Amino acid sequence: MNIHEYQGKAILRNFDVLVPEGHVVYNANSARDWAKRLGDGPWAVKAQIHAGGRGKGGGVKIAKTADEVRQYAREMFGMTLITHQTGPEGKIVKRVLIEKGCNIADEFYLSFLVDRATDKVTLMASAEGGMDIEEVAAKTPEKIFIEPIDPTVGLSAFQARKVAFKLGFGIAQVKQAVPIFMNLYRAFVGTDCSLLEINPLVLTADGKLLCLDAKLNIDDNALFRHPRIRDLRDYDEEDPNEIEASQYDLAYIALDGNIGCLVNGAGLAMATMDIIKHSGGEPANFLDVGGGATIERVTEAFKITLSDEKVKGILVNIFGGIMKCDVIATGIIEAAKQIGVTVPLVVRLEGTNVEKGKKMLAESGLNIIAADGMADSAEKIVAAVAAAGRVS
Amino acid sequence: MSILIDKNTKVITQGITGATGLFHAQGARDYGTLMVGGVTPGKGGTTIDGFPVFDTVDDAVKATGATASVIYVPPAGAADAILEAVDAGIELVICITEGIPVLDMVKVKQYMQGKSARLIGPNCPGVITPGECKIGIMPGYIHKPGPVGVISRSGTLTYEAVWQLTTRDIGQTTCVGIGGDPVNGTDFVDCLKLFEADPMTKAVIMIGEIGGDAEELAAQYVKDHMTKPVAAFIAGATAPAGKRMGHAGAIISGGKGDAASKKTFLAACGVSIAESPAEMAEALLRIWKP
Repeated sequence: MNIHEYQGKAILRNFDVLVPEGHVVYNANSARDWAKRLGDGPWAVKAQIHAGGRGKGGGVKIAKTADEVRQYAREMFGMTLITHQTGPEGKIVKRVLIEKGCNIADEFYLSFLVDRATDKVTLMASAEGGMDIEEVAAKTPEKIFIEPIDPTVGLSAFQARKVAFKLGFGIAQVKQAVPIFMNLYRAFVGTDCSLLEINPLVLTADGKLLCLDAKLNIDDNALFRHPRIRDLRDYDEEDPNEIEASQYDLAYIALDGNIGCLVNGAGLAMATMDIIKHSGGEPANFLDVGGGATIERVTEAFKITLSDEKVKGILVNIFGGIMKCDVIATGIIEAAKQIGVTVPLVVRLEGTNVEKGKKMLAESGLNIIAADGMADSAEKIVAAVAAAGRVS
Repeated sequence: MSILIDKNTKVITQGITGATGLFHAQGARDYGTLMVGGVTPGKGGTTIDGFPVFDTVDDAVKATGATASVIYVPPAGAADAILEAVDAGIELVICITEGIPVLDMVKVKQYMQGKSARLIGPNCPGVITPGECKIGIMPGYIHKPGPVGVISRSGTLTYEAVWQLTTRDIGQTTCVGIGGDPVNGTDFVDCLKLFEADPMTKAVIMIGEIGGDAEELAAQYVKDHMTKPVAAFIAGATAPAGKRMGHAGAIISGGKGDAASKKTFLAACGVSIAESPAEMAEALLRIWKP
């Protein structure tokens, strides 16, 4: 789960990490009021969306007067901010963070992430702060310093020191950096982050280290032990169908094509998208009904797929393991009864209780095109959608 | 011969009194697996459908002599269940549970360092040696004994590959689902090593997906060490970047881990690539005749 910068900074404050003083606002007038309360300018006015690259898109401005704060905030509210991470449709700005500005002498990059190669949380740092770190990693990997962290010991002071010296800090800054790094690690573990990125970590003109930006991604699987963080979920940032799907523990991702997919298992769901494309069609979504889907969840999966107006046909591809084919069949029949399926429907069932499932569908009286195997099912749905397109 | 498990493997189920645990324990027993009991704290001393239930894995191991354990415990307690199995001396721990916090798995991996126990999963379908032993949630009837080893990050896509083999009358030595999580136990390379050393295995199909670099490491291993033919399919060619495709580990991040680059690297290392998931068996048959 992604959270906003201001929410991430609030979490970091709880772990004694120094971040700029600031406040989130929802309209331009309170932007000005909060600027005054924060003290003298300049101030940073920062659009809060779940995407990086905001500065280049006009989502980060430095204001010298409180009226300028209001002016910039007014321009930001309601604007569609397009960055390299938002996609071409962009994100609408609904929250703005007002922060006390600072004089930046130098910028650094710092992050913690789970490194799949070592199976450890890893501290990553670079003196190339404020830059696109992926570009730095690709072009000059020697400028990135990596420190794997033993999960039983945690980040040790010597490791924090080692990285701080590599960043070129003098001893005064090293002494500040060590507790910052260690507290950031505590925050990472304490809130089950999958990524915690400070870009930039700044050295101010008066020699202080400060986390100027903060990006925290929280492990979805761990949200059960962080109810307060779960509440920070911003539904405005998500696709409505993806929100609906998540209420039923369905993994759903909207795509641009016209063939809806309803599949059990993430790998098979990806492969089903791939074979639709391979057969000349375009998938409209990724939808994994999961291993333990109930009849209710299958019904909802159908409703969500059908609610996408682009969908001109549906391919159900089930290879039952935990998932029993008769449960899928009941779900399909139930959904068809409740909402009516007006587009071509191809169903391929295999696995646990397959005969029972096939029999139920055959006896349901529904207009279902039965298929055997992945190639057959993909070809049938692509052909059926093409045929339906010709008729209408 | 086979890898990891055979007809003599004694298995206990952790979380046996849950609906899922019991359903699949019964399925495994029906298949012929030596399912010798289960563990649910607080229900020790009882039986469920003929399975003796124990309070702890330690009790279960002492009473039954089990060397393998399969875990159906819900996500919040699953990492602890793995630790308990390892501590009790279980040699092969197979964790089916999906949704374990990644930092829990980081600790599990650290705990297992230097210990002889092997972990399969989590978030996986399990392991099957057709005709001998089935541990996990895969439908048994789609498999048949034979010469092909199968390794996969995906559950249902493994069934797909197996079914393609079986319907062509080609059986499998052992099929291993290594799971779709970013931090897991046994990986592709571990399985390739085992298959290379197993005299009954003549060829291998591996099924990868977007995210991480496990497939690339496997490809390098095939190039450097494998004498047996290997075919591969990579799921997620149509997946958009930056989106987590169901599996926690299936995400293209920072322009890395996409299907095309994995396929190119695998092909360069001598692996036969299935462009479509319907052609996984065909891709193997292009370079190997049973």
